[in-house]
Amino acid sequence: MVEETVEIFDAIIVGAGLAGLAAAYTLAAEGLEVLVLERGDYPGAKNVTGGRIYLNPVREMFPELWKKAPLERYIAHEEVCIMDKERSINVRYDGMELGMEPYQSYSVLRGKFDKWFAKQAERKGAMIVAKSRVDDVIMENGQVVGVIAGGEELRANVVIACDGVLSFTAEKAGLRKGAQAKNFAVGFKEIIELPRQVIEDRFNLEGDEGLARLYMGDVTKGKFGGGFLYTNKESISLGIVVGIKDLMEEEPRIEAPQLLDDFKQRPEVARLLKGGETVEYSAHVIPEGGYKVMDKLYGDGILVAGDAAGFSMNIGVTVRGMEYAMASGYFAAQAVIQAKEKNDFTRAGLATYETLLKNSFVLKDFINFKESLEVLEYPPLFKHYPELAGNIMKDLYEVPAGPKARLYPTIKKYISMGEMWAMVQVGRRMMKI
Amino acid sequence: MSNVMGLKAKLGLDVFKEDKEFHIRIKAGKEKDIRLKNTVLVCPAGLYSENDNGEIIIGVDGCLECGTCLLVCGPEVLEWHYPSGGAGVQFRFG
Ligand SMILES: Cc1cc2nc3c(=O)[nH]c(=O)nc-3n(C[C@H](O)[C@H](O)[C@H](O)COP(=O)(O)OP(=O)(O)OC[C@H]3O[C@@H](n4cnc5c(N)ncnc54)[C@H](O)[C@@H]3O)c2cc1C
Ligand code: SF4
Repeated sequence: MVEETVEIFDAIIVGAGLAGLAAAYTLAAEGLEVLVLERGDYPGAKNVTGGRIYLNPVREMFPELWKKAPLERYIAHEEVCIMDKERSINVRYDGMELGMEPYQSYSVLRGKFDKWFAKQAERKGAMIVAKSRVDDVIMENGQVVGVIAGGEELRANVVIACDGVLSFTAEKAGLRKGAQAKNFAVGFKEIIELPRQVIEDRFNLEGDEGLARLYMGDVTKGKFGGGFLYTNKESISLGIVVGIKDLMEEEPRIEAPQLLDDFKQRPEVARLLKGGETVEYSAHVIPEGGYKVMDKLYGDGILVAGDAAGFSMNIGVTVRGMEYAMASGYFAAQAVIQAKEKNDFTRAGLATYETLLKNSFVLKDFINFKESLEVLEYPPLFKHYPELAGNIMKDLYEVPAGPKARLYPTIKKYISMGEMWAMVQVGRRMMKI
Repeated sequence: MSNVMGLKAKLGLDVFKEDKEFHIRIKAGKEKDIRLKNTVLVCPAGLYSENDNGEIIIGVDGCLECGTCLLVCGPEVLEWHYPSGGAGVQFRFG
């Protein structure tokens, strides 16, 4: 055997998404030997997001990163659109603070961002190998000591599973129980190119300002989820996120791609896309079960970060996962740095990972929002209330040939005592989150 | 042109790199499994369909590797792997 020539990395990271790259960047900056294995043609090639990334939670973890990062537009305008079948209500929020530096959030395209982030990690000294799929973990005495990729054995003190929502790496290491469809949503989207000036004029934007618009109600035909529209520099990200269980079970039974086509054909939406050219169609599963269904975050010789650990939150109309991915990758790296100092890569030696997460916004958010899925997965919120709001608006705006009905009876017609009582109950539900 | 475009045409916009083998297969004897029926609704690429015998079939070309069908059916019904390194869909924007 040529045992002594086998290179042992400080860490092997599976997946060059945000979690994996954040871990690699942080470890390499501290001088550790890191190998990142990515199955895509290049980092970012397999990754899909909505997308908007909030920087405040992760800004300080990567102080040098943001100045030159290829982000799209800073989100200066927030809109929500409540959709009924034949009408919709749009609310736009323009806050001065959203237009002030440092900007809190940006639209982002992962194909560009991840590729660039990988270069920054390489500059710090990380080794990133693309076109390389990890097929298994190597276990010795119950401890993970490496991975198998392309038939080759690669060894490390620690493996960090950053391989996204399906995490076969965590599963192979025995950290993950069987996944259930009800704890996941699926998102699918189009990138629609439009000239910069058209985007700015159409959405009322100044320069690099951007807009985020979330849709709820008829966009998912009342199923748990919503639609999104983000403006990029020269394109629009338009898509739908819908709970997989609702997609399978709730009426009307409709094929996923049809939902997006119907959404695009709504006159309110079609108008915004006019003249645009679709250049890509993508889809990806999203974990949404939250804290209650989270699997083990670490074991002997292994840590799990990002979507692989279930760190994505779907609060009905909006998904947050990118900051959690970056922060958990960062904390995983910190835990490895500490484990190396103690030269203890067992479960006990890596336990600081969970402590770091618990003391940070990552697990604090997941604990605070642990009821959110159950509270929000409430069909009337996506069907009945958008309809009700639409109908009230319709009557309020209507001027008939005869006398216009008084306002109070108009509203009363829709909001009976029973309805009011139901709303109080909804309010109570909401108080849990 | 951003209006209704067939699904095939939409998938045709994506970059795919060829794989040596099919990365998703329906396990033998599971073609009529009740779990499999849902894939027709949930697959964002519309790759599953029901044939005249009431069996579900998949044409894996155009797979976006989203994972939905695996979550819906589980590993007893589907043999599901990611395509080999460098193969499959490659998003330019994501
Ligand atoms: C439609 C949609 C909209 C969303 N909107 C938002 C949003 O607006 N804001 C937000 O914050 N979050 C959003 N999210 C969630 C967010 O995109 C994810 O939480 C985030 O991408 C997770 O990052 P990650 O690094 O953990 O995983 P990923 O980005 O999935 O990265 C995993 C990486 O591992 C690689 N990999 C997997 N298996 C292997 C293997 N065996 N060998 C080698 N490499 C492997 C993959 O190729 C990939 O590069 C959205 C998600 C979707 C799908
Ligand atoms: S992984 Fe997604 S796109 Fe591919 S066949 Fe399954 S559901 Fe369809």
